[in-house]
Amino acid sequence: MNIGDRILLAHGSGGKLSHELVTGVMAPVFDNSILAEMHDGAFLNIKGVQLAFTTDSYVVKPRFFPGGDIGKLAVCGTVNDLAVSGAEPLYLSAGFVLEEGLALAELERIVASMGLAAAEAGVQIVTGDTKVVERGAIDGIYINTAGIGAVFPGVHISAGRVKPGQDVIVSGCLGDHAIAVMSERHGLTLPAPVVSDCAPLAGMVKDILKIAPQVPMLRDPTRGGLATALNEIALQTGMGILLEETAIPVRPEIKAVCDILGFDPLYLANEGKVIVLVEKQDTEKVLAAMKSHPYGLHSCVIGAVTARPAGQVGIKTAIGGTRMLDMLTGEQLPRIC
Amino acid sequence: MVRLRITVHGIVQGVGFRPFVYRLACRCHLGGWVLNNGDSVCIEVEGEEPEAYEFVNALHQEKPPLAQLTGVSVDVCQVKGEAGFVIKDSLPSQGQVPMVSPDIATCPDCRRETLNSKDRRFQYPFTNCTNCGPRYTIIKNMPYDRIATTMTEFPMCPVCQKEYDDPADRRFHAQPNACPVCGPNYRLINRNSTEVSEVSIPDGKNVFIETKRLIAQGKIVAVKGLGGYHLACDATNPVAVDSLRRRKIREDKPFAVMCGSLEAVKQQCLVSQVEAELLTGAVRPIVLLDKSPAYNLAQQVAPGNPRIGVMLPYTPAHELLLGPDDVWVMTSGNTSDEPIAYEDGDALERLNPIADYFLVHNRDIYRRADDSVVRIFSGKPYILRRSRGYTPSPIHLAQKTVPTLACGGELKNSFCLTYGNKAYLSAHIGDLENLATYNYYLESIDHYRRLFNIKPQIAAYDLHPEYLSTKYALSLALPKVAVQHHHAHIAAVMAEHGLYEPVIGVAFDGTGYGTDGTLWGGEFLVADYYNFTRAGHCKYLTLPGGTKAVKEPWRLAAWLLYELFGTNLTGLRIPFIRDLPNEWPLIMEAAKKGINSPLTSSAGRLFDAAASIIGLRNSINYEGQAAVELEMIAGKTTGNPLPYSIIPGTVKQLDFSSSFCALVELAQREHSKDYLAASFHTTIANAIVEMVQLINSETGIGKVVLSGGVFQNIRLLTEVANLLQEKCLRVYLPWQTPPNDGGLALGQAIIAAEKYKRS
Ligand SMILES: [Fe+3]
Ligand SMILES: [Mg+2]
Ligand SMILES: [Zn+2]
Ligand SMILES: [Zn+2]
Repeated sequence: MNIGDRILLAHGSGGKLSHELVTGVMAPVFDNSILAEMHDGAFLNIKGVQLAFTTDSYVVKPRFFPGGDIGKLAVCGTVNDLAVSGAEPLYLSAGFVLEEGLALAELERIVASMGLAAAEAGVQIVTGDTKVVERGAIDGIYINTAGIGAVFPGVHISAGRVKPGQDVIVSGCLGDHAIAVMSERHGLTLPAPVVSDCAPLAGMVKDILKIAPQVPMLRDPTRGGLATALNEIALQTGMGILLEETAIPVRPEIKAVCDILGFDPLYLANEGKVIVLVEKQDTEKVLAAMKSHPYGLHSCVIGAVTARPAGQVGIKTAIGGTRMLDMLTGEQLPRIC
Repeated sequence: MVRLRITVHGIVQGVGFRPFVYRLACRCHLGGWVLNNGDSVCIEVEGEEPEAYEFVNALHQEKPPLAQLTGVSVDVCQVKGEAGFVIKDSLPSQGQVPMVSPDIATCPDCRRETLNSKDRRFQYPFTNCTNCGPRYTIIKNMPYDRIATTMTEFPMCPVCQKEYDDPADRRFHAQPNACPVCGPNYRLINRNSTEVSEVSIPDGKNVFIETKRLIAQGKIVAVKGLGGYHLACDATNPVAVDSLRRRKIREDKPFAVMCGSLEAVKQQCLVSQVEAELLTGAVRPIVLLDKSPAYNLAQQVAPGNPRIGVMLPYTPAHELLLGPDDVWVMTSGNTSDEPIAYEDGDALERLNPIADYFLVHNRDIYRRADDSVVRIFSGKPYILRRSRGYTPSPIHLAQKTVPTLACGGELKNSFCLTYGNKAYLSAHIGDLENLATYNYYLESIDHYRRLFNIKPQIAAYDLHPEYLSTKYALSLALPKVAVQHHHAHIAAVMAEHGLYEPVIGVAFDGTGYGTDGTLWGGEFLVADYYNFTRAGHCKYLTLPGGTKAVKEPWRLAAWLLYELFGTNLTGLRIPFIRDLPNEWPLIMEAAKKGINSPLTSSAGRLFDAAASIIGLRNSINYEGQAAVELEMIAGKTTGNPLPYSIIPGTVKQLDFSSSFCALVELAQREHSKDYLAASFHTTIANAIVEMVQLINSETGIGKVVLSGGVFQNIRLLTEVANLLQEKCLRVYLPWQTPPNDGGLALGQAIIAAEKYKRS
């Protein structure tokens, strides 16, 4: 794919162009065996200790939204990336880029919210950095967090272990975060209030891995949503994934908003959901563990790994056919002629 | 004495050409031989000079009805003293592109035999000869010989073999030749794959009588045919048709029917001479006909539609199934959006929830072919879906191209392979978003490449980044050329007419990706094969909710009225306002803020919006439904043009907002829907023609190409074409390809080849 000669917003949308930017521009230069794994986090073996290491930058607009803020997001995002690497998150760093003129009260609120989230996730923010840039250079505040965690003994999250027949579980209803942020950003009055699902998943993932350390794959469906996350898995593993449309949990109020605005909830970002691939015999106990957790009440099986279509995701629709659930290059644009 | 070596190119295989050559050589007292040579037929004849040349002349003059000669070369060579004439074995293909004949409807001779109780093929459902029968759907490889078809499973009995070997016989080298003794046969089974027990006569002929009885009882039967399975039921039985709709999950889209005779067609529909010829010809597509006043089929066959798609039997099995007065629904064997079922196992599984019984046969279908769909425009067949009977006949190009694979569009996909001056546009594939259809697409590309032995050097694809065909193209290890959607629509028509100088192209369709990243669809291009300039377009509108707005035309309609009247729109006294969903203010708010509300210059959406404002429908159940219904209700009513404006500039814009304003006013004064719809058509037609005239006066270009899905609208097409001709402009239309995206790949191919040549 031709990634073009200028950076477009779509290069950061988490879809196909983001993927190609990373594999086409960054990966060839940084080239090493750890990066080549292309997981959300890197696995490091330091003097015999298995560590997971990850980083993410947070630029969300608006800074505050129903259910969270940029600070909570910065902690949960990185914590969740460590968790889906099969690790217990331990330490985070926090880098702040602040715009001249940002209200101190806002910063305090954001930092307080980071503290709360870190406490809940059981991580400590142990190092940091602050830069201030002139007014207009950025929009208020950007935060970068990096984190390290200790990989649970016996856990090995890897594309190579994904096999046909495994079940695909998702931990709850999709699209809450994207709709909450969007309605806040545009000041839309929705028929019913929508709250972001932003949450640290370390606890729930720990419970899953305690009873099923053999789980082959965990993933958090953030930017680009469930569809993009599953396409990444399909692409990395060469397996197919077949979903049941009717099994995929979406809150009625989110469904209603999606119907109104024309969005497909499967492509909408989540910040408190995890996708778990499990061997069939583990499905029941993993589901039970997830459901007993407050962030996994609506966990359910939404499909399975298949041999075909290789590298692609299909979705069996309510009316019988199977639709391709592709990775989008950019935005959801009509294809109907 | 003279010896000539003659090479004949064209559709010369599978059409009885070699037996014809044999008989001709015998008549002219010539020795020598004939053989199929991959893409061509090779002949050497030897004898007296006048007779040898008489032979060459007669090749052209007396060729079999289905043969098409595109080139005949004659060389004089050394006399060998050969007396007898023989038909030699075929040579394997030598890197050239062979011609493959389409499937051909049962010829009158075979039909007569099938219905003649004295004939040995009485009631034999696979009767065929060199003039008719399966070709494209059974051929695995070239050259075309029985062994390279799915008939290889059925060794001929001595009687059939004798026909096959006798140069004087109609079945001489008829590759699918078969009879009740040696050929394939039908079975009637139920959902559990067990034979229906009432069928007692051992030769299986009774399965047809039994099937007729089941259909008469109101049952739904899956019938395996030529290019796939049909779902059949009695078209006069409302209960049967209703349950077929429910089981197939198909709400409103009309079903096609098959009539047992032309008389039965004439009972239901108005049939012109041209339409009768098309119905009874060698292709036998589904022909869209106006219902007659005596029309009496179940309402659910083509609900609310003044037209219906009709075909006549095109295999002997159909002849055996339908009596002269019978009218059956014959819809493709699939659920909505899936490709037609053609493999037995797959059909039994997929059609199990739909069909009560299965009439199956044991001759494999190697390649699917849906029924083609044709409408008559200005006395000629205007193809809406190009498949059985047409594919894989090539479209002849005026110029040679580098071997090209054009990957086509997203919906109504077909792809195109070119070689030299021939373009092989694939059979209708369908909507690629459906996984089974996408797999069919990949499979077909592979089949065509093998069948025609084409190794594409470049790949052409649409600019739309999300088309699956685009993503497929980008995954190929070939040089790639991106082609703008509407440029491709126009170039496809230029290609079939061999137009090399620039034209004014009017491409009106739903949407296609523009070079500026917006969705185009009401385009006036000045185009040649290499490039185009956008001379004009319909003014951009906002599509609230993107794809959702395509499925719900009221969204764009509301946006148009909101732009015109603001929140005062609620005071308009038209039913549209009363029917507005509660959430309309939120949708307008989102559109204002640009949330999932792309800009489009689509013409198709204008028709949708008009249909919605007039009160025809606010959401659709199949692609294009609102626009189709607007055309139907306009019928032949005379309308009056509504106001519109052209915004001048280097890129002119057609602004229809005043038309919509006028439409609302007329609707408030309770003018009939027919009149409103007719006026809207006339307005669009006038605007198109005025825009073309402006471009013509600036460029001096007098050739006008019309294409794009909107020009499936015959009412609009008629008005536009007539007006343009009145203004002394020459109009070119897509006759060999559909105006919709089914023809897109041909345009992509020719543009890509030209760009490649000049790069
Ligand atoms: Fe189009
Ligand atoms: Mg991340
Ligand atoms: Zn025949
Ligand atoms: Zn026989």
